[in-house]
Formats: sequence, C-alpha cells, structure tokens
Amino acid sequence: MIKYIDYVSLLIIPIFILFTLLYGSVHKVRVYDSFVAGAKEGPKIVLNIFPYLLAIFVAIKGFQGSGAFDYLRDGFYRLFAALDIPIEVISMAIIKPLSGSASTALFTDIVKGAGPDSVAAKMTAVIMGSAETTFYVLAVYLGAVNIKNSRYLVPVCLIADVFGIVVAVAVARVFL
Amino acid sequence: MNWVWLILLSVSVVFAIITGNLDAFTKAIFDGAKSAVEVSLFLLGIVSIWMGITKILEDSGLIHRIAHLFRPLISSLFRNIPGDHPAISAITLNVLANLFGLGNAATPLGIKAMQELSTLNPDKETITFEMMIFIVINTASIQLIPFTVIGILAGSGALNPAAIALPTLIATVISAFVALLILFLFRRGLK
Repeated sequence: MIKYIDYVSLLIIPIFILFTLLYGSVHKVRVYDSFVAGAKEGPKIVLNIFPYLLAIFVAIKGFQGSGAFDYLRDGFYRLFAALDIPIEVISMAIIKPLSGSASTALFTDIVKGAGPDSVAAKMTAVIMGSAETTFYVLAVYLGAVNIKNSRYLVPVCLIADVFGIVVAVAVARVFL
Repeated sequence: MNWVWLILLSVSVVFAIITGNLDAFTKAIFDGAKSAVEVSLFLLGIVSIWMGITKILEDSGLIHRIAHLFRPLISSLFRNIPGDHPAISAITLNVLANLFGLGNAATPLGIKAMQELSTLNPDKETITFEMMIFIVINTASIQLIPFTVIGILAGSGALNPAAIALPTLIATVISAFVALLILFLFRRGLK
C-alpha cells in the first residue's frame, strides 16, 4: 500500500506537467512563451517574501543560540514530568513549529540516540508527520501577498499547534 | 506577528546576557540571515517553475475547468469565493500536493492560492477569513504518508517503519479539524 502511494506520488508531478503541456498545445497556447511569462513573476514574489523570512529566521536562530530555547524546553519538561513524556518529545514539540531543518536534524538524532523502536522515536515521528513549521508557513504566505494585519490568525495557529502536539502524543500512546 | 517577533528577540537577548551566550547569539543571528538567503534561493527556483506551469494552465483555460470540477468541494469550506474562480484551482492543487507530500509543489501553489485569494480582498493589507482558513489548513499539513519520517526510521533499522503511517494520518486529520474549530470559535467569539 505504502509502496503504491509512494509510486503514485513520484508519478504525479511529471504526469501533471505532461498533461498541462499537451492540454495547452491542443488549445493553441504557445507553451514555452507562457511558461517564461509566468516564471517571470517568480523573482518578484520571492523578493517580497525575503524580508519576512529573514525576520523570522533571525529571531528563531537567535532564540536557539541564546540558550533561551534550552530553558524553555527544561521548564516544559519539569512541568510535564508527571505525564511520563520523554524529553525528546518536548524538544520536538517546541522546535517543529519553528524550523523544518532543525526538526529533521533533531528527529534523526533521536532515532539514533534512543533507537528507532523507542517510545521517544515513535512519538516524535507522529509529531514530525502531523505538525507543520508554522512560522515558516506564516512568513511565506503572509509575505507573498504583503498582509500587514493578520487579525487573529497567529493566536489561532499557536493554540492549534499546542492541541496538535497533545493529539499526536495521545494518538501515539493509543496506537504504538 | 509583531508581538511574537518582539518577544522572541528580546527574550533571546536577555537570556544571552544572563547565560553569557552573547557570542553564540550574535553568530546565530547571522546564521539565521544565511538560512533566509538559502531558503529564498531555493524558493526562487521552485516558485518560478510553478508560476510558469500555472501560467500555461491559465492561458489554456484549464484553470477554470479544474475550478469548476472542485468547486462543490472547496466552496463548502471557503464560502466567499465566486464560481469557477482561479483561487479554487490553486487551493485544490495545493491541497493535493500536500496530501502526496510534494513539498516542492505545495508551497509555490500555496503562494499562488494566496495571490488569487488576494484578488478577492477589498483591503489588501488585512487578511480575509478565506486566507485564514487556507493558512490554517496548511499549518495542519494533512499528508497521506509521511515519507521523510518513514525514510529516516527505515534507514536506522526500525522493525516496522511504516507502522507510524496510520497513527500519523489519524493525528493529522484530528488536529486539522481542531485547528479549523479553533479558527471558527475565534471568529464567533470576536463578533
């Protein structure tokens, strides 16, 4: 089943591109000129997003580098020590919304350190797969259209992230 | 976002002074700037490719046909998008890319969706509720199979790396519903 879905997901983009080209050609679109005209928009969009990404990456890296991240993690760990949740899970819960590359690196470390069949590895695996790098998504999508007033979106996303972690830990407990 | 940024940075500076990590903090800030440049360069490539491909979709009229096909599904959640609007196609393609774990396509198509939603926005600087639904769905990241995670587990010799697939899917679907529920509760609460 998984192999089948893996194959389909490898197939999707090539087939989609082929279909778009053929459909365009049948409908008398000069596909090369269209593609170039569309791609011209790319640099403008990314240039728009760049300052938003810069602001958020600088803040997140600084937060990690200053040692504040470790304090936050240890604080949460003490808070949840009674619930029998491995410290690796707390680290993942805090790092996942902040940084995609850092959470992948952390996950690889956990799998190596605690073993791939440990509770810590399984719980963090579910968090890895079910949570998203919220701040990156916010920076990119809000930056792309220059939104200055995001109303209540940020609190909604942060509260949803907390619930997401709770759900992931609970589901991992029940199923793994 | 203003508050989040302010708190993250001020707390970091205070901590860096207290713990004597000033050196590491300053280095980390410039590391962050470097990451922003690297990620932007990466985005420049994939966003341009998908802007090119979606332009062909627009010029051939396919974008309206996709919108027409998926309108019943998308409009049940996004109520204020007029019929067969390109935003419907962009949202559909983004959701499909997310489902199949195609990150390189999902982000550019999501940017496209935000731009299309922005054309429906009377006040360009203030987010619409449709945009909020879209971003919340994206931060919930519904994915059929978490290939990266399974790959890492398999690489280090897990007994049954694929065993996490179903729990992950269940967790991600529940948290997506919870996230949408929180969004709708906020809207009701602030009215």
